[in-house]
Amino acid sequence: MSIPRNWRLQQQRYRLEGEICEKCGAKIFPARDVCPECERPAQTPFAFSGKGEIYSYSTVHHPPRGFEEFAPYTVALVQLDEGPMVTAQLTDVDAERVSIGMPVEMVTRKVQSGDEEGAIVYGYKFRPAIARAV
Amino acid sequence: MRDVAIIGVGQTKVGEHWDISLRHLALEALQAAMADAGVTQADALYVGNMLSGELTGQEHLGALVADFAGLRGIEAFKVEAASGSGAAALRTGCAAVASGMADIVVVVGVEKMTDADGPDTIAALAMATDADHEAAHGLSLVAVNALLMRRYMHEYGYSHQDFGVFAVNAHRNGANNPYAMFQFPVKAERFTTAPMICDPINLLDSSPVCDGAAAVVLAPTDVARTLSAAPVRVVASAVGSDTVAVHDRRDPLVLDGAVLSTRRAYGQAGVGPDDINLFELHGAFGIMAALSLEAAGFADRGQGLRLALEKGIGIGDRVPIATMGGLKARGDPVGATGVYQIVEVVQQLRGLAGANQVQDARIGMAQNIGGSGATVITHILERMG
Repeated sequence: MSIPRNWRLQQQRYRLEGEICEKCGAKIFPARDVCPECERPAQTPFAFSGKGEIYSYSTVHHPPRGFEEFAPYTVALVQLDEGPMVTAQLTDVDAERVSIGMPVEMVTRKVQSGDEEGAIVYGYKFRPAIARAV
Repeated sequence: MRDVAIIGVGQTKVGEHWDISLRHLALEALQAAMADAGVTQADALYVGNMLSGELTGQEHLGALVADFAGLRGIEAFKVEAASGSGAAALRTGCAAVASGMADIVVVVGVEKMTDADGPDTIAALAMATDADHEAAHGLSLVAVNALLMRRYMHEYGYSHQDFGVFAVNAHRNGANNPYAMFQFPVKAERFTTAPMICDPINLLDSSPVCDGAAAVVLAPTDVARTLSAAPVRVVASAVGSDTVAVHDRRDPLVLDGAVLSTRRAYGQAGVGPDDINLFELHGAFGIMAALSLEAAGFADRGQGLRLALEKGIGIGDRVPIATMGGLKARGDPVGATGVYQIVEVVQQLRGLAGANQVQDARIGMAQNIGGSGATVITHILERMG
């Protein structure tokens, strides 16, 4: 992926930053500048907690070009605690231990190794939530 | 607007055509359709295709195919809507004829997938997803559908084996279609042991990578009656859209784009699900077939697969689908698929579907889906006279 293309997405890739609609309160990820709920402009940044649960998952055995070195890897739809759903890879977990409803949290990981431009792409992945003392 | 009819159809066999180029595939289908229609000239050519630039380094297909087919000079361009490109090209043709901007229009859907190797083809197909937020995380189009299938099984309690009903039906019908890629049946018990692609979608639940081209010739209905002995009227042409990324959907297990598309099509044709004699749906994977049956009003939410299991989807059943093999067995040359569906509905309405003929077929519906439901194009065809 080209360097500027990845750089443009740095806030969402590294901080899980989306937007909040000041008109209707909808929390939006990924950022899209027009609220999908009320269709009015929404450009106020909002950082998500990174906590959520697995809505569905799949292990990829036949990867697209650029992801061969990671195969097999598990991808998921994660329902964030704040509402939106996000698509990402899972990490730090064996595929057979993944289940729908499993609590997960966002971490930053290598998503693609360097291409011909040499830039390694980092971004969000999700791992099983680590329980913390309250 | 003028009424539009299909006066000729043509297709190549779907397969791995190592010896045939993209332009030759398009030519073969185009010539077959024009011969069937009995015309030698056309006012316009619209080419449905998704991947020619990515997989063969060739864009600009409209002018390329027009010139190659001896139609140099006519209006010609490519139409793209991911795996819905074929039906998008047909709809463009219908609009041209209906508006009076053209009288005779040729629509060709063509895809040449075998000139690239596996990972490149998988990446190219993933262009139908959201590049920044799905494909960038390593998802293929199969993976996106696998996420939907797993959730569908979880919410409604289906087993993996249940989904085999779609592949078994498709292959049973493909066995009698000389243009199908796979002309052999498969046994239900083999379904769960096939190699996994993106679990739970395995090889027997996934449409194949292949090459092919299909074409139709359109004309206003009054002209059609003078040119063709068996014209078929296009009584509905409708498009619905939804978010490209599945995670942005209102409810991932409801194809809102298909609900909108079919509702609009039923409205145009003045018919409902009960009037449809056969339904060529976009069963690239079993999960897409189940969700399409629900969105088109043949089954309630979560009941599409139950309909297939209990009431049947075969030639003699209430809702025959994939009557010539569908995407699974006829094959899914992506940008051509939407036109193949139309060719097959025309075969059924003309009574020329051979061993797979749906008895007394009068009204047929074809639905072509871009990606996993972001573009849904529905056509309803009716036998004339």
